[in-house]
Amino acid sequence: MSDENKSKRRDFLFTTTYTIGAVGLASAIWPLIDQMNPDSSVKALSTTEVDISSVEPGKTITVLWRGKPIFIRRRTEEEIKEAAAVDLNDLKDPEKDSDRAKNPEWLVMVGVCTHLGCVPLNDKGDYNAWFCPCHGSHYDTSGRIRKGPAPKNLEIPKYEFVDNNTIKIG
Amino acid sequence: MSETKYIPKSKLAQWFDSRLPLLTLSHHLTEYPTPKNLNYWWTFGGILTFCLITQIVTGLVLAMHYVAHVDYAFESIEHIMRDVNYGWLIRYVHANGASMFFLAVYIHIFRSLYYGSYKSPREVIWIIGLIIYILMMATAFMGYVLPWGQMSFWGATVITNLFSAIPLIGESITTWLWGGYSVDNPTLNRFYSLHYLLPFLTFGLVILHIWALHVPGNNNPTGIDIKKNSNETMPFHPYMVMKDLFALLLFVAVFLWFVFFAPNVLGHPDNYIEANPLVTPAHIVPEWYLLPFYAILRAIPSKLGGVIFMFSAIFILMLLPWLDTSKIRSAVFRPIYRKLFWVLVFTVILLGYLGAKPPDGIYLILSRLGTAYYFIHFLILLPLLGRYEKTDPLPMSISDPVLDKPGVLDKVKKAALKYEGENVGSFK
Repeated sequence: MSDENKSKRRDFLFTTTYTIGAVGLASAIWPLIDQMNPDSSVKALSTTEVDISSVEPGKTITVLWRGKPIFIRRRTEEEIKEAAAVDLNDLKDPEKDSDRAKNPEWLVMVGVCTHLGCVPLNDKGDYNAWFCPCHGSHYDTSGRIRKGPAPKNLEIPKYEFVDNNTIKIG
Repeated sequence: MSETKYIPKSKLAQWFDSRLPLLTLSHHLTEYPTPKNLNYWWTFGGILTFCLITQIVTGLVLAMHYVAHVDYAFESIEHIMRDVNYGWLIRYVHANGASMFFLAVYIHIFRSLYYGSYKSPREVIWIIGLIIYILMMATAFMGYVLPWGQMSFWGATVITNLFSAIPLIGESITTWLWGGYSVDNPTLNRFYSLHYLLPFLTFGLVILHIWALHVPGNNNPTGIDIKKNSNETMPFHPYMVMKDLFALLLFVAVFLWFVFFAPNVLGHPDNYIEANPLVTPAHIVPEWYLLPFYAILRAIPSKLGGVIFMFSAIFILMLLPWLDTSKIRSAVFRPIYRKLFWVLVFTVILLGYLGAKPPDGIYLILSRLGTAYYFIHFLILLPLLGRYEKTDPLPMSISDPVLDKPGVLDKVKKAALKYEGENVGSFK
């Protein structure tokens, strides 16, 4: 066996050893990292059913879903009209109201300001809809950002109407 | 630390090193001269460091999910086992890791006893090591309480009640330890706090242990002093690092066998029943690594006496460098001590076995004999041996025993010669 060949064999052994070692180390470290992700008991709570039969028009209820507040507003005719009438060019994050509310009467949104995570106040601000007290973001009757530092509209969670009186969120 | 003074190559490194000599330290650790005749019993220091780090890392993670409250502790352990991603794995590694830690530390301690590593000039290393061992036992005990199962609760009750044996102030000490009139929520909380703290103290002591080791350097199987930086030593890196890593791999294989195939075999099923202050399990036993001391405790027919003997069994080891008066370190050259060493190993294992048995009949008699022998070994036999034992002649250097007689190494070389023919030149 020549010296040249020998060094090649050595190199191969080094490389395979380091590779196997790195794979082993990574697979040992992964459980230590993954344990910080949401666990099964958290994931099991990923849907919430809400009874909306007692909500009057013009009122908002707040429910908790995955630790976050969810606004469920029964909008008045006036608010629906106002939301539909907005010119999309005036919006920072253009979205049609009909895309945001499956049933125009009910607006379901994650009640977390898209700026830095505070909870906006109901029936406040320049559009008399939602206003975030932390850094002054104004949202309209469709929960769209109109003024202030927030970059996006209030998020719409995945939800469906189970029947006329129940919404399933998640 | 007899190496020549190290000066880093680059200007920047010199600037930094003269302000904080980390590079000098790293150079010292890589070049640290180790005797070339160290055998595999010397790899357990590295293995123990690995165990401590594993316990700290997995413990850190478990603390993110555990709740130290009597109403939630047991539930939170089940939550870790069932819900948390890989929680079962992390907890089993932590629980079996404690056993593996003790397995390694016992081998490490008995290696020290066999090769006389506790003798001058290494007494301080030995004593620091024993303090680490005592801290390990305290940490393990408090960790075992945290799952708040039946064994946790009653183990905590029994061990804390040991202090009530102290005359006059005993009762108030136990009340103080408990933070109440029985083991309860305050006890659980303080145990959790201390269980988190002690490993870091241990880590600090490990650094002192290694520092104290690096002053005289390693002992070796012949027990004779070596000439540093001669052909009798090899730099720690890569030679000892590779050997330690190989031993560690074998150790981890055993470790993982327990974790994946028998995760509960070293535990006790009663600890999967939530703590109940009204019902004591029929048969209380501590974890296996505490059993020899538990046997000593029960062998003495007096509450205070049992406690005194049990603690003495540990603290007597602190005096070992002075109780063993022999000038010869290694048992290899001490024919009588070599036999007594194995008798001691047998006695300790026997006591461990007896600690798991009910304390009556033949078990009690054997416990008493074992306890008596344990103390006789250290207090009578060792001081006398130093005077009267006729030791074998020591070799002139650590190379002699290998060069003089055909050993295993030579047999391997011969076999290799036959096998590889002319390529054997590379085998040296």
